Amino acid sequence: MSKFPELAAVALAVALAGPAAAQSFDLGRPATEAEVAAWDIDIRPDGMGLPEGSGDVWTGEELYVDLCASCHGDFGEARGRWPVLAGGDGTLTDDRPVKTIGSYWPYLSTVWDYVHRAMPFGQAQMLTDDEVYAITAYLLYLNYIVEDDFTLSHENFTEVRLPNEENFFLDDRAEAELAAFSDEVCMTDCKDAVEITARAAVVDVTPDDAAARERREAAAAGADAGVTETDAAEEVVEAAAEEPAVDPQLVADGEKAFAKCRACHQVGEGAKNRSGPHLNGVIGRLAGSIEGFRYSRAFQEAHDEGLTWTEETLAEFLAKPRTYIKGTKMSFAGFRQDEDIDAVIAYLSTFE
Amino acid sequence: MVHRTTRRGLLKGGLATGAALAAAGGARAEGDPAILELQEWNQFLGEGVDARPYGFPSEFEAHVKRRNVEWLTADPVSSVNFTPLHELDGIITPNGLCFERHHAGIAEIDPAEHRLMINGLVETELVFTMQDLLRFPRENRVYFLECAANSGMEWRGAQLNGCQFTHGMIHNVMYTGVPLRYLLETAGLKTNAKWLLPEGADASGMTRSVPIEKAMDDCLVAFKMNGEALRPEQGYPVRLVVPGWEGNMWVKWLRRIEVGDEPWHHREETSKYTDLLENGTARRFTWEMDAKSVITNPSPQAPILHDKGHTVLTGVAWSGRGTIPRVDVTLDGGKNWHQARMDGPSLSKSMHRFYYEFDWDGSPLLLQSRAHDSTGYVQPTKNELRAFRGENSIYHNNGIQTWYVDEKGIAENVEVS
Repeated sequence: MSKFPELAAVALAVALAGPAAAQSFDLGRPATEAEVAAWDIDIRPDGMGLPEGSGDVWTGEELYVDLCASCHGDFGEARGRWPVLAGGDGTLTDDRPVKTIGSYWPYLSTVWDYVHRAMPFGQAQMLTDDEVYAITAYLLYLNYIVEDDFTLSHENFTEVRLPNEENFFLDDRAEAELAAFSDEVCMTDCKDAVEITARAAVVDVTPDDAAARERREAAAAGADAGVTETDAAEEVVEAAAEEPAVDPQLVADGEKAFAKCRACHQVGEGAKNRSGPHLNGVIGRLAGSIEGFRYSRAFQEAHDEGLTWTEETLAEFLAKPRTYIKGTKMSFAGFRQDEDIDAVIAYLSTFE
Repeated sequence: MVHRTTRRGLLKGGLATGAALAAAGGARAEGDPAILELQEWNQFLGEGVDARPYGFPSEFEAHVKRRNVEWLTADPVSSVNFTPLHELDGIITPNGLCFERHHAGIAEIDPAEHRLMINGLVETELVFTMQDLLRFPRENRVYFLECAANSGMEWRGAQLNGCQFTHGMIHNVMYTGVPLRYLLETAGLKTNAKWLLPEGADASGMTRSVPIEKAMDDCLVAFKMNGEALRPEQGYPVRLVVPGWEGNMWVKWLRRIEVGDEPWHHREETSKYTDLLENGTARRFTWEMDAKSVITNPSPQAPILHDKGHTVLTGVAWSGRGTIPRVDVTLDGGKNWHQARMDGPSLSKSMHRFYYEFDWDGSPLLLQSRAHDSTGYVQPTKNELRAFRGENSIYHNNGIQTWYVDEKGIAENVEVS
């Protein structure tokens, strides 16, 4: 590196030499080998970055059912609006294309890289390299790209090609479209007739916007809109103020600690089941008792045996979920601090 | 233009004249109570300078906020919300209203624990602290950031009633940051360095491949927006700024930049952010944002609240390729067009503000705006775009937006022939 002693000298050099001249600054420090290794986890289609390791389809299935199926479905068909991972062959020209690893993704390395860096959702980078190989192998199997006796490893990785690789091409808007979109424009008498061909009101998927609704009503009635959403918000605040006393600091700490749960569990008004059941009124509730939620077999058994969530049972569960209920599909490994458990339970107790 | 008092104006303003007098009774005989009556803010003391150490908008502006569309995504931690464009004016988006798009929620990072690493095809692999970054020369630049999926729900036809939802995946702020090339040149690029992989420190480990030419041209490593620290939801303490290119590349919570000789083809540039065409093939690396505009007022969330007469139409326009010297506006669905009045700074790859003032005769309107950028590109209609791309592209929908305004002033998202 060339070094400049002062920024002023650098600025002068920029001014004299123009933007093309390389500028180097005596700032930062060399990264250690261990630091680069800890962060440099990316994988490329040519296999660059792949660690040594392997995993087979059957091991992958077990992991997938435990860690992935709650969002992506048992066969990659997805629940709710989580990404579909399998199927969709031949649908890319349909009205509703289904873009999956098998039908759309160009490279297998993308699967390995993404599962490794970001999955399971909310528990990123918890998988070992062998587990990532196994899950990737299972995803290939779900897409009919390999047979059930297949083992994926760093050695055979680049031999696997995804079916849609050839159907991507570089951005060609400049050649394909630009000429058509830079014509002289017409300013007067450009059309004889104009008809409305589509209306959003017919589709009716816009979220309710109280302020906008009131304004529309005001415009229609010829009167001014004076009410805003603050009124509704204040009612909620007032109602909350009447709640019985739980240590507010503990509840606030619990709300923070609950961040680890929020990816899968909702609480509060309008809470719905996501990849985990909603947790309103969980204290005092029979385990596995939310209708419409698809519990693991382990939870169904706990329900049948009459396990009820009290502060004590919940505390035990949250310390080591997979030990307390063997076979739960909840991927969370448990809170390490007892304080977090107490706080989360206090927080949950505020939702009826 | 003469401002004519009308019946609706009277009712709304609470003014009293002979006509209103008969209807409203004697109490209003002398005039507007907002003037005649002593107001509490005019009499009693307000809060002192110690009450609001960090200021917020008036309580009467509480409806001005980002909104999300619940059905759009599986979960709010991997989702998007929308900037309330219809409530804003000028060109700068306030920090608290800049739309958010996260793939694994908001990372809350202590800047003292944050590091930026440069590794790969460089002479020296380096680690910078935030303090190190503050010792490089800085630049201040205003740029728009638009999600490639902005207006993506509208490919199959008019869907959402409100420019917040149809066009609100955009914001425009002034960034303060270090030119990326200073960092790369400090590490020393090897001759085969052709691509970068910026990576985020969030739980999605966001990555995108960026060609070296763009990095050396105008990319910034930014730590301030509109003068103050980046908001956590915008990548605090440091994010990448990739002017004019799709928002997903502006990696937030930037912790690492790898230098390589090939692109990485990661999830957000293969499975997502590729543009599927009608024949089943897909464009990749569609980085530049095409010129686009939208009328923000009137619009479905912001109807015309006054009677016929003097009316202000306004909107925003932007291009990933330069400035917007001109916007055309039509009131009749494209039969006749008028050149709008541009106002405010005209900066490359920044939002521009336009106005068109006219006398509304109270009859229904079909409003559209059409942006021209400094390269000569003209914003196409939605049908012109569909002719090239079909309806399954999701991304890069910059087609002309139409609002139908009825005789009451109520606006709706429509498409026209």
